[in-house]
Amino acid sequence: MALDLGGRILRSRTVAALASPHGIDRYLTEINPMLAAHEVRARITDIHPEVSAPGAPRVATVTLQPTSTWRGHRAGQHVTVGIDTGEGRRTTRVFTVSNTEGKPGEPLTITVRAHDDEHATPYSISKFLTERATVGTLVHLSQAEGDFVLPDRVPEHIVLISGGSGITPVMSMLRSLQRRTHRGKVSFLHWAPSADRQIFADELEEIRHQGHGVDLHILHTADGAPYLSPALLEKLVPGYQDLPTWACGPASLIEAAQAAYDGTESLRVEYFKPPKTAGVAGGEMEFARTGKTVANDGATILDQAEAAGLSPESGCRMGICFSCTTNKSSGRVRNVLTGETSELPDEQIRICVSTPEGDCSVDL
Amino acid sequence: MTTVEKTGNRRLSAEELEAFGAEMDAIRQRIVADLGEKDSAYIYDIVKKQRAFELAGRALFYLPVIGWVPAVACLSISKILDNMEIGHNVMHGQYDWMGDPDLNSRMFEWDNVCPSDQWKYSHNYIHHTFTNVLGKDRDIGYGILRMDEDQKWHPYFLGNPVYAFLLMVFFEWGVAMHDLEVENIVAGKRKMSDNAELHRGLMKKVKRQALKDYVLFPLLTGPLAPLTFLGNGVANLVRNIWAFNIIFCGHFPAGVASFSQEECEDETQGHWYYRQLLGSANITGGRIFHLMSGNLSHQIEHHLFPDLPARRYPEIAEEVREICERYDLAYNAGPLHQQLWGVFKKICKYALPDRKRSAADDVETAPALQGVAA
Repeated sequence: MALDLGGRILRSRTVAALASPHGIDRYLTEINPMLAAHEVRARITDIHPEVSAPGAPRVATVTLQPTSTWRGHRAGQHVTVGIDTGEGRRTTRVFTVSNTEGKPGEPLTITVRAHDDEHATPYSISKFLTERATVGTLVHLSQAEGDFVLPDRVPEHIVLISGGSGITPVMSMLRSLQRRTHRGKVSFLHWAPSADRQIFADELEEIRHQGHGVDLHILHTADGAPYLSPALLEKLVPGYQDLPTWACGPASLIEAAQAAYDGTESLRVEYFKPPKTAGVAGGEMEFARTGKTVANDGATILDQAEAAGLSPESGCRMGICFSCTTNKSSGRVRNVLTGETSELPDEQIRICVSTPEGDCSVDL
Repeated sequence: MTTVEKTGNRRLSAEELEAFGAEMDAIRQRIVADLGEKDSAYIYDIVKKQRAFELAGRALFYLPVIGWVPAVACLSISKILDNMEIGHNVMHGQYDWMGDPDLNSRMFEWDNVCPSDQWKYSHNYIHHTFTNVLGKDRDIGYGILRMDEDQKWHPYFLGNPVYAFLLMVFFEWGVAMHDLEVENIVAGKRKMSDNAELHRGLMKKVKRQALKDYVLFPLLTGPLAPLTFLGNGVANLVRNIWAFNIIFCGHFPAGVASFSQEECEDETQGHWYYRQLLGSANITGGRIFHLMSGNLSHQIEHHLFPDLPARRYPEIAEEVREICERYDLAYNAGPLHQQLWGVFKKICKYALPDRKRSAADDVETAPALQGVAA
């Protein structure tokens, strides 16, 4: 209770006025990074390897103890994670929360697969988390976000479909259902390349043994298992089109699921953006906010936006004033001043000195 | 106009400008590639120190009599660090590469009545892009002073030294008002209604700053409230005087060139660098002095590379000096008193009408007072 009172004082308008313009968290963090009134930070308390097969990217489940400001999460939600990955740089990426739904201030876990293809300096956040992070590492978090969640009252029979690391939100749902002692039936279909790359292998095996209303199908495509199709779904889950379904995975799986469900409202999906192949020229320049897409002509994004009839905010047009800084959600860009390329998702770029290399999407 | 020739410098040929620009680009690329741990540790350390001075300053007001002077000193240092080495530099995007939202140019707000977004427009864009271009750079005289002979004389400017003194005392307010472009409203080039949005943002920030410094913190010290009120006012004043002096030494000492709009039409990157170099002046001094000036004592390097972390300017300066020698260009640097004396003389000189003007000087350029609102 005392703590709560402290929190209420720290979040009061008086304290906000006193700490203006920086905000009270800027002072608290100097005392202890785990003290916060608004922001969420966490410390790593455990790193558990999930997959460490030779040749396969490492996968690890990272347990985080958040500050008291964490408002908890629902199964299936994701969180933005920022970590100082070295060389004074903070990298930010979105991960699904993989543990059972949790209350405010409770620990959470994220399950991370090391990606080689991210051009982050010096480490991609997923590589950092799976290979270099240690217990005690400080992490910056958002609140849990996303509406790919189970309803409070779960229907009698539901279908969960996942592919690859898309298993994390679905696993969080399954674990939450088990804790809620859901008495209905769950049909769980998961696609993965092969058994030795299977995340949560032991836990899935245990679920299969226990039964408890979970009808589990793990399909390893490298071993010849069929891909998602209406016929396969009908065979494994008869009448699937009428059953509330949650599907998460790569775009190909989601597209197959959408085709199989044929527009019925029972399907809820979440998918990751596929890693786009970046070429030096060509590709599509997408202006996400206005919904315009043009063929990438190799000019700066600012020039291309203006040619497309947009009038983004800009100033010096030479990279010094930062007026045109815009969020780039995906794609590789080259800084024309330094020649450096970068393909981090959700990155702030100066569009007057950035040219896209291949497909690119910005918030304009 | 204080032409390049009047400052004793020579014009570079197109080839020279290109080579000069390439050398500057090379410095930038080398520094950008080297940015890392040391730079981030440095700025985090400065932020920590600033917060510590601020807390110490606020706390010392509770100590009657003997606490007041140290309190004002700590709070003054806090505000100077916040505005200069942290605020000014962070808002230039010098630390955007770190990916820390607290030190991001788009998010940072400083302990100053001028809203950061308005300052960034007039400073980062207008001033840094059109540095010392008459009629474009509104920082030449800030719209109230006559700092160049091409600003047409008017009896109003007899008050030049008085206006400069007032601008010094109320500097943060001057900076805040700067964006409203009052001089352009007077000149009929800007409508009052153009300012409605700016005015709203400005008033919001002013209220917040005033509430904190002149109401809440004084009230918190109970019976000592009047002293705290006064102390906070003095700390703001100290910051104003210091910032004004450092900033006026950046572009107004003797030997700094100004440029006409014609000279800068279709400007090459090389000429832009050249203009930044000849349009700026450095102040020499020790490590603490450079820190407290937000490294604006390295105004030349700042203008050449406004988005590189300021802690790098001293190392860059050595290279720039060497390049200047090779190109036979002046590198304007001097101790604070010398540069201030140059500024003071200019303020007084341009208060009076010009004694003589040669025909060559009568090139038609728009003085800043009738400047173009870009």
